[in-house]
Amino acid sequence: MFEIVAKKQLGTNVWYMEVVAPLVAGKAMPGQFLIVRVDDEGERIPLTVCDYDREKGLVTIVFATVGAETERMSRLNVGDHFADVVGPLGRPSDLTETPIEELKKKKILFIAGGVGTAPVYNQLKWLHDNGVEVDCIQGARTKDLLILEDEMKAVTKNLYFATDDGSYGIHGNVCVALQQLWDDGIRYDHCVVIGPVIMMKFACQLTKKLGIPTVISMNTIMVDGTGMCSACRLLVGGQVKFACVDGPEFDGWEVDFDQAMQRSRLYKTEEGRLMLELQEGDTHHGGCGVCS
Amino acid sequence: MEVDVLKKVPVSEQDPQVRATNFDEVNLGYTKEEAMAEATRCLNCKNARCITGCPVNINIPAFIAKVKDGDVSGAYDVISASSSLPAVCGRVCPQETQCEAQCIRGIKGEAVSIGRLERFVADTAKDMGIKPQLPADMVKKGKKVAIIGAGPSGLTCAGDLAKLGYDVTIFEALHKAGGVLVYGIPEFRLPKEKVVAKEVENIKALGVNIVTDAVIGRALTIDDLFEKEGFSAVFIGSGAGLPRFMNIPGEQSLGVFSANEYLTRSNLMGAFSEKSRTPIMRAKKAVIVGGGNVAMDAARTAKRLGAEVHVVYRRSEAELPARAEEVHHAKEEGIIFDLLTNPVEILADENGWVTGCKCIRMELGEPDASGRRSPVEVPGSEFTIDCDAVIMSLGTSPNPLIKTTTAGLETNKRGGIIVNESEMTTRDGVFAGGDAVTGAATVILAMGAGKSAAKGIDEYLSKQD
Repeated sequence: MFEIVAKKQLGTNVWYMEVVAPLVAGKAMPGQFLIVRVDDEGERIPLTVCDYDREKGLVTIVFATVGAETERMSRLNVGDHFADVVGPLGRPSDLTETPIEELKKKKILFIAGGVGTAPVYNQLKWLHDNGVEVDCIQGARTKDLLILEDEMKAVTKNLYFATDDGSYGIHGNVCVALQQLWDDGIRYDHCVVIGPVIMMKFACQLTKKLGIPTVISMNTIMVDGTGMCSACRLLVGGQVKFACVDGPEFDGWEVDFDQAMQRSRLYKTEEGRLMLELQEGDTHHGGCGVCS
Repeated sequence: MEVDVLKKVPVSEQDPQVRATNFDEVNLGYTKEEAMAEATRCLNCKNARCITGCPVNINIPAFIAKVKDGDVSGAYDVISASSSLPAVCGRVCPQETQCEAQCIRGIKGEAVSIGRLERFVADTAKDMGIKPQLPADMVKKGKKVAIIGAGPSGLTCAGDLAKLGYDVTIFEALHKAGGVLVYGIPEFRLPKEKVVAKEVENIKALGVNIVTDAVIGRALTIDDLFEKEGFSAVFIGSGAGLPRFMNIPGEQSLGVFSANEYLTRSNLMGAFSEKSRTPIMRAKKAVIVGGGNVAMDAARTAKRLGAEVHVVYRRSEAELPARAEEVHHAKEEGIIFDLLTNPVEILADENGWVTGCKCIRMELGEPDASGRRSPVEVPGSEFTIDCDAVIMSLGTSPNPLIKTTTAGLETNKRGGIIVNESEMTTRDGVFAGGDAVTGAATVILAMGAGKSAAKGIDEYLSKQD
């Protein structure tokens, strides 16, 4: 059993938890994910790792309540336990396998959207701890949905905010913000985008136009997360890839986002939702990070 | 009870029409009277060929002789000297191609029903509270062995090593022990709580420690197991991996699943039950592609979840790789077999949902390298099966996770880990068996490899003293 030792609410429906999971904390690297299960009836919910403390054996997760299962997660309190926390899963970010000196020469930009800020934070912190200074655009629909602001500030050189409604920072989405930076003459030669699939899609279209090689991270539907079920398959450069073992990071210019968005609707299109509601009452799952 | 020596004593089964709507076990097993009657058919051959047909070499005539006398406990002792999972093997072994294929009774009539007798012994022993015992003369070896994967090969290897006095820990990636026995084989063939969980308990009762939620290759590497965790040998039984697809148009559509995904949702996550919070698609009409045991499991699961089910297979009935009994059960339950048929495209609506499976008729040509006649397309014979789900059951390739995180571990061109006759890999002290080595095969072959690896590990560690 995996005890929750800290919990806070980061936004209207966004939660932060620190959980005792020494096997995950011991090896987790930026870019990787884990899977949690609330109880014996629970669904396996994949979540990217937000932070880890190797010595204390703690991992930090951040999730939005987007369905019944994440709602059940949010009702757990300090002292409660998850039935399961397994990981780290997936490949670590390529950045962590690049020589530090090389990283220092690069102008790197991160683009974070919504709860995608959590995995971005993990990468930014790792880079910061290794003396690599990078910029980040953090986007959300509105100011209240911007999370981890102080933490993000502490690990970035320049942190730009973008809100769709203009309530904070640049008025517009992350693409508007990137275009504005570009127009101001700021140049980047590597970009990492993590957030809702639709955001990653448009951000990649822009970075391609601007010629900035871009890596994205997919949070797909999964079951086992170890390369067994293929629920997480997606098309990258026309090839079938498995997010759980080949990813979760992929070349953003090559990912078929439209198809990924379609697949993410498997259990939530109207038909799917109705079907599941009929069969399962209120248990339609969230956890993919893109359900709304 | 009267016995026809040429025929097996029949076993009770759930009525096909009833069972096609529930997940309870199909085969109800022998009563004690039936088992003792069937046991009288065994000729107790001196040169017992059935033993050589068994991948773990159970002394079959000896255990059947005990059943004949009504001595279930004695029969259990004979079986458990060779097998760690008798309640599983009695249910899912392909006896008709192994022990029973060798039975002398089979020359003139039906072979002795060794599988049903094994199951009877295991189930009855469990009901009587009999557990496998460590040998009375066992001496603790004081050495730790790590087993990766709590499936059939890992559980067998662990059980045998524990009986030899080793300190054994199994690391399982999923949240439940059992491997394919829990995620792959459905409840109606292999009950999870009643059978699998009990067999796992029996392995634990031998002193084996099982750590779930532990992904070796990620949370700990094989090097960590030796260097940091103090293990002297490692057995890799990580099982099958990535499901294969056909690479035909439309395969990414909504409603196309691998059999692994569909079965894992239903079996491991219990999605067939209202209690589970894991979703599963309850198709109206499902096409299952493939003809193996996994395809039969997927087909019969889809049927029980309410679908009209078509099994599409490119060769003819004679070539179906599934056990005859599985095919027979599937047909009884109303599953439709579209043989000599192969999908060429999956059709979907504008939102990406599957609407049909476009197929082409096949005919059998010349025998190929496997000796089976290879199917060739009949030009112009395309037709469409309307459906809302397509489940691909085309086999898997071994899980790449451990290979990619372990230096010096060599694999063959199909991704299977290379082992020698002692099941040792190209890394000193690292052994492997089961699907991780062979690619998708059977439970009993994996158990055979686990058993052989336990022997190999014992010899390897004994030499080190």
